[in-house]
Amino acid sequence: MSVTDAPPAPPVKAVIRKPSTRRRLVPYWLLLPGILWLLVFFALPMVYQASTSVQTGSLEKGFEVTWHFRTYWDALADYYPQFVRSLLYAGTATLLCLLLGYPLAYLIAFKAGRWRNLVLVLVVAPFFTSFLIRTLAWKTILADGGAVVDVLHTLHVLDVTAWLGWTENNRVLATPMAVVCGLTYNFLPFMILPLYTSLERIDGRLHEAAGDLYATPATTFRKVTLPLSMPGVVSGTLLTFIPASGDYVNAELLGSTDTKMVGSVIQSQFLRVLDYPTAAALSFILMAVVLLLVTVYIRRSGTEDLV
Amino acid sequence: MPVLRLLRRNLVVIAGLLTLAYMILPNVVVMVFSFNRPEGRFNYAWQEFSLDAWKDPCGVADLCGSLSLSLRIAVWATVGATVLGTMTAFALVRYRFRARGAINSLIFLPMAMPEVVMAASLLTLFLNMGAELGFWTVLIAHIMFCLSFVVTAVKARVMSMDPRLEEAARDLYAGPVQTFVRVTLPIAAPGIAAGALLAFALSFDDFIITNFNAGSTVTFPMFVWGSAQRGTPVQINVIGTAMFVIAVAVVLAGQFIANRRKSNAGK
Amino acid sequence: MTQQQTAGGDVRLTGISKTYGSFTAVHPLDLTVPQGSFFALLGASGCGKTTTLRMIAGLEEATTGTVSLGGRDITDLPPYKRPVNTVFQSYALFPHLDVSENIAFGLRRRGIKSVKKQVGEMLDLVQLGDFARRKPHRLSGGQQQRVAVARALINHPQVLLLDEPLGALDLKLRRQMQLELKRIQTEVGITFVHVTHDQEEAMTMADTVAVMNGGRVEQLGAPADLYENPRTTFVANFLGTSNLIEGEIVSTGTDVVVSAGGGELRLPVGRCPSPARSGEKLLVGVRPEKISLTHTDDADAIPDGRNRVTGRITDSSFIGVSTQYVVESPAGASLQVYEQNIERDSRLAAGADVVLHWNPEHTFGLDAAQSINAGADGLEDVA
Repeated sequence: MSVTDAPPAPPVKAVIRKPSTRRRLVPYWLLLPGILWLLVFFALPMVYQASTSVQTGSLEKGFEVTWHFRTYWDALADYYPQFVRSLLYAGTATLLCLLLGYPLAYLIAFKAGRWRNLVLVLVVAPFFTSFLIRTLAWKTILADGGAVVDVLHTLHVLDVTAWLGWTENNRVLATPMAVVCGLTYNFLPFMILPLYTSLERIDGRLHEAAGDLYATPATTFRKVTLPLSMPGVVSGTLLTFIPASGDYVNAELLGSTDTKMVGSVIQSQFLRVLDYPTAAALSFILMAVVLLLVTVYIRRSGTEDLV
Repeated sequence: MPVLRLLRRNLVVIAGLLTLAYMILPNVVVMVFSFNRPEGRFNYAWQEFSLDAWKDPCGVADLCGSLSLSLRIAVWATVGATVLGTMTAFALVRYRFRARGAINSLIFLPMAMPEVVMAASLLTLFLNMGAELGFWTVLIAHIMFCLSFVVTAVKARVMSMDPRLEEAARDLYAGPVQTFVRVTLPIAAPGIAAGALLAFALSFDDFIITNFNAGSTVTFPMFVWGSAQRGTPVQINVIGTAMFVIAVAVVLAGQFIANRRKSNAGK
Repeated sequence: MTQQQTAGGDVRLTGISKTYGSFTAVHPLDLTVPQGSFFALLGASGCGKTTTLRMIAGLEEATTGTVSLGGRDITDLPPYKRPVNTVFQSYALFPHLDVSENIAFGLRRRGIKSVKKQVGEMLDLVQLGDFARRKPHRLSGGQQQRVAVARALINHPQVLLLDEPLGALDLKLRRQMQLELKRIQTEVGITFVHVTHDQEEAMTMADTVAVMNGGRVEQLGAPADLYENPRTTFVANFLGTSNLIEGEIVSTGTDVVVSAGGGELRLPVGRCPSPARSGEKLLVGVRPEKISLTHTDDADAIPDGRNRVTGRITDSSFIGVSTQYVVESPAGASLQVYEQNIERDSRLAAGADVVLHWNPEHTFGLDAAQSINAGADGLEDVA
């Protein structure tokens, strides 16, 4: 505090002190760099993109804003299969992540005992190898004539999946199944870690209490464990679905031209075709759809204190 | 049927272990195929055992260059995001101010946005500004998307910190600077470290945003992506395996030291 | 400030107050804590006692008024420049430092290099010599509490502030630490200002107690004086238990006579809020342990000149040293009576008709214009 705050006037009761201006400004100085960074490199680009999406022109003549909203309509008309596919694949992968991840998270939280840290390390460890290298490994695992395909073929699983339209010609690679398999694999840790965090907080005595109050193990899970782990389920599904819906790596590496997702389209429009308005419009539609789904989902599940 | 009963009782454990196997399998494949001598340009089918790639990890043009570029970017992105994120987190937890809700949303949104959307919009900005794509644009992008994760990690730690600890320090003759250095920072350190580690991992492994904003600069993930089209050298698997082994070894060593210290302190 | 000042080290608060927006935590307050005394600020949570303490420590900026220490105005000094140290509620020990580093913290911040001897002496004073290298989370509650005291005392502050220092301890340990803190205070001779919500703790330890309520000091004095002569219903109810009976003054003289519940009660005029005039309302108070209980059948044996109230026992609980009775009477709602267990009259059970009687000297009068139940929540603390 500076001397100016306490004038030499007699310190009578009427002197009311206020926090000094310098101290009131501290939070703003702390916030300034980070927030400025996000404003300039996250928020401002969104504005630019919005403007680009309603521009017309060509690379040679330059683009200008003409409020050409038709771009949105055309983009949707041309690429709705990729949009639907993206949401479908991402949704399926999210569901699979939940089904596969929940038992493992449960195992770590309640059953692993002294192996807990080891299993946790094993869950995080794959991260340390670049995800592109690991995705490429699936090309080996799912290769035609490989062990996995052979087993699935012998068990007639491939007949069923072919009938469902997930695979064709007795192969897995270059089919929707391969893409979903890759997406599920890549985003599983993002499901398991939040699930584990919320399961770990549950007091083990609650299970005993439920059992004491005539609940079977299944009922205990349905009425006690699952509701208490909902925050983990919600943030896990969000952390899986959002990146999966915009992903194009799995579709490009493990799929074919028939499994392209909207991310691929945005990438090629932007980097190869150089049709910036269409790419911007597509990316805006994707953002809007994802934000809408996320908002509705968070509202429905009633856990708004995720942030 | 005792076997069936055993299976039913341990259904959760079995399902969990199967998931774990699913997660580990690709790493095993990567490791095994780092000892392969493939026929042709692609390393997808097993031919014969060889140590060639391990003896010469940098034997492929541009591979080690892209690796060192990725490391440099990751280090600077970590430093930048950690400093900015820590400051932001402290401000958010410790002070009341206007536009709090808006600022929280601004920090949350980058995490709730498909990467390709951020990648495309950032490229639009750079193109409009006429910025030259390369090291700096990639670094700017990485700091941007790592920032929110650092804020979240540090915030959690600072929020659980007892404000009376800092009051106690001030009461015990530590001025503002000393209080921060001697008490606040050491106690917030685990949160800051977690945020920094996360930032490093995210930056090092990022592909989509980097691919949009790197221009002709090639990071390690971009090198791998390119090789998936042109031919995958075994050296990629060597690098992947080495990173995996080093990281796991560091984690295990850390655990070991922590355990030793704990048991020593008990005496 | 490293030197301990000896002369005129009184803490003087002048017109000090604290407001947060529109909420006033502490109303303008004048208070003097004499040097070397053990002073307690007593009140329920939210009464402003902790805020007052924090203004002395400098952790809270006073909205108005001044704090001075030994004649020196320290109002505008930050906490790290005040010769005052605090023992925090739940201790606030630095979790990343061990016990001796915690204790040495203040000395080191003042640039003192060789702290080993002083830290050793301090560890001995609080009997923690074997725990110097332990981290705080590996200590018991009582040990943590002693580290917190040592960490503050090693700086030889002019005033030691204690914010609910025993609140986290169990009852038995709390009693033990009360005596220990009192011993340390006598030994080092430093002024202690102790904030607590436990009226028994305040009365056991302090020379002077200030009872706070709603951001104001209700009454200030020695523990026995506060207990025997409460001036407000809040103090009467918060400090121990009081039976308060509503009545109307019939006559005044050396004794004031009050009609209440169909009978008459007397009390010395000196124990009435002055001036007492006939026809005015008055609350007549008496402490439960001052009352004797006699079965109606033996009412004739009660000596003359004692205040009497008739009633019926509705509840009695045996608690070892004494038995506590609740008596319904026309004079007031449930009256509390504590009888020592010397010779127990077996007729005194629920349903029995009884006469309550006590020496008029033990009666006090309170202004009837205040809530009769103020501070009665504090009853829970008696248990």
